[in-house]
Amino acid sequence: MSPRPDVVIVGAGMVGAACAAALAREGLHVETIGEPAGGATAAGMGHIVAMDDSEAQFALTSYSSRLWDALDLPPQVERERRGTLWVAADEQEMAAARAKHSFYTAHGVQAEVLDERALAGAEPELRAGFAGGLRVESDSVVYAPAAAAWLARDVPHRAGATAVSVAPRRVTFSDGSSISCGAVLVAAGVASTALLPQLPIRVRKGHLAITDRYPGFLRHQLVELGYLKSAHGHAAESVAFNVQPRATGQILIGSSRQYERADARIDSPLLAAMLRRAFHYMPRLAQLSVIRTWTGLRAATPDSLPLIGQLQPGPWVAAGHEGLGITTSLGTAAIVADQMMGRATAIPAAPYSPGRAVA
Amino acid sequence: MSAPQPLCGMGTCFGCRVDGVRTCVPAVPRPGPRRHAPVLIIGAGPAGIAAAEAAASAGAQVTVIDNNAAPGGQIWCAEGRTLPSGVQLLAATTVIAAADAERALLTAAGIISYGRLILCTGARELFLPFPGWTLPGVAGAGGLQALAKSGLVRVDGRRVVVAGTGPLLLAVAAWLRRHGAQVVRIAERTSWRKLAAFAAAMPQSKWGDALALGLGAGPRLRASTWPVRYTPGAVELNSGERVACDYLACGFGLIPCTEVAALLGCRLADGAVAVNEWQETSQPAIYAAGEATGIGGVDQALIEGEIAGLAAADAHEQAAALFTSRAEAHRFRRVLAAAFALRPELTQLADADTIVCRCESVSLAQLLSQPNWRAAKLQSRCGMGVCQGRICGPATATLFGWPGAAEPVRPPLFPVPAELLA
Repeated sequence: MSPRPDVVIVGAGMVGAACAAALAREGLHVETIGEPAGGATAAGMGHIVAMDDSEAQFALTSYSSRLWDALDLPPQVERERRGTLWVAADEQEMAAARAKHSFYTAHGVQAEVLDERALAGAEPELRAGFAGGLRVESDSVVYAPAAAAWLARDVPHRAGATAVSVAPRRVTFSDGSSISCGAVLVAAGVASTALLPQLPIRVRKGHLAITDRYPGFLRHQLVELGYLKSAHGHAAESVAFNVQPRATGQILIGSSRQYERADARIDSPLLAAMLRRAFHYMPRLAQLSVIRTWTGLRAATPDSLPLIGQLQPGPWVAAGHEGLGITTSLGTAAIVADQMMGRATAIPAAPYSPGRAVA
Repeated sequence: MSAPQPLCGMGTCFGCRVDGVRTCVPAVPRPGPRRHAPVLIIGAGPAGIAAAEAAASAGAQVTVIDNNAAPGGQIWCAEGRTLPSGVQLLAATTVIAAADAERALLTAAGIISYGRLILCTGARELFLPFPGWTLPGVAGAGGLQALAKSGLVRVDGRRVVVAGTGPLLLAVAAWLRRHGAQVVRIAERTSWRKLAAFAAAMPQSKWGDALALGLGAGPRLRASTWPVRYTPGAVELNSGERVACDYLACGFGLIPCTEVAALLGCRLADGAVAVNEWQETSQPAIYAAGEATGIGGVDQALIEGEIAGLAAADAHEQAAALFTSRAEAHRFRRVLAAAFALRPELTQLADADTIVCRCESVSLAQLLSQPNWRAAKLQSRCGMGVCQGRICGPATATLFGWPGAAEPVRPPLFPVPAELLA
């Protein structure tokens, strides 16, 4: 019989795996439950990106990016420092690019404003005529399922178990059995609300398509600046140009956002709109062979910030990372570990406190 | 000119190449107008032809679509039978995805809506990995025949070893010989004892064919024999014999093609489309017939197709009259399964460094540590490449017993230019 775990983590995706690794490093006996590297970790793009939608979002994403930089990742994680190229379609978006540039440089993130010509030079497949863009050098791309598996490689995993309820120090499984532990951490993305219905998490479904191999077609992760409207607005449905070169030479084409659709079904009209948006930016994408399309479910919160910390009273939570869970997993894990060990956190954690939103 | 690299020959692997160009990709899509088919049949092999004949004879307006340029099926051709006049055939037309509307498919010929749908999607070959199986020169048995038929691979004057199991081997060997190949060895994995039992259990109508095939194979036929390693120009058999050859044509059995059925939410059972007595699937108005419902050969395909066609045209009384014949065909299905069941030796042929997933170059060693198909896909990307697990899925299902490995169903069903999905 294994000893009573100090922490049981419900969720073995990127966030659960990162928390498991961080807590195990503290010498705690940790176990994870749930499909390894499943959920949004398996479905998403794996873009490590500094985001400046809010000060708190920037603090967490840049802190996390530094933690990613500090890792000596194995080859299967396929980390590539591609940089993000934010594409400004017109002068209005160009102004947004300049504002983003000032913010990043003021906060120590390397970024470079590109004019129309420099943009074309940086990414030749883009349609001509866009105003310019902003290149953020430090952003990178990883293969998230391998990253999650690697982080949690030494952490015991309870295979096949499904958690149906959680108490502050107990997890109960679908077969009626339960496990008691020092603390419970729920890091189950959209599935977290099944265990903790009070969490203000809404499902935000996304679609992705992946192509056959076209090495060299893309150089950067490319995102339209209009993406910010799609990602951070709260329209019922939206699409944005967001494409990523994979280490294999394949291209991931995104993105879509759709509230309250919890099924895995492909929504053909939305997929079509998403692809047309991509062709608008990069016409030759239309001729590339798509080998697969799929969907994933993001865990979205009202203020686009994750829920990290201990519920009062109750278990711990690390969920609601929406589309940034791969990036912010490491910062999230560091905050959880610091708080559990009773230490000060490296960045102020109050903006992510689950108490801020949970009445 | 580089050597042809055949494999599936049937639009399964996307790895067949001649001069570096993929040759087993379905036809270039040519979007057409939206159309409606009161009865739509997917597949113009024996089951599809029989279904089309039956539905048309019962007064239905029938459209048939098929991947291939001509009707007749990929492996077992419906000899002398073709589509009746009045049936519309859309050849070289693949199903890509479910369309946005109810009861409609996105195909290479545009969106086709249907009243009733009959899935006669047939079977593909099972490939099992062994050292050397990814080298140019190794192909599916039916695959080599299909590629030779289409003129992409020349077999005349070439030395061919046909290896694997099942009645298809002898049929392919005979076809290859008729087309000028020297069939230097036929390695049948099953034993003489089981072959004899199979012959005895065959319907009398088949004895003539079987005898001809057996005599044609002659002394080149070996039982309890299978390939253990291929090196360019020669195959090594488990008997220790090394046979020089230009092509090794392998047929380890057939697998029902269930992708369209799975895409439409039809229930699968034991890797085949589950149907009721009317050949209707778990989805109303969707029928299935032939190899897609379980491997049983051409007679089963013809009778199931006929029943499905009649039922889809609401001619239930006529359909019910055929149930006895179908029961006979299903008896043969069981005989076939018993005689040619895979033996465990065949799942032990791969070395640690033998590639199992050709698209993503995943070796056996990389898969041994994976607990299931899902983890294998995520961590090694086995099955995530251009063929979407059509080759390695059934192989790993056989090697590791992973459930779900044989059923890849995310759209598009075939690689298509992105614009077709927009």
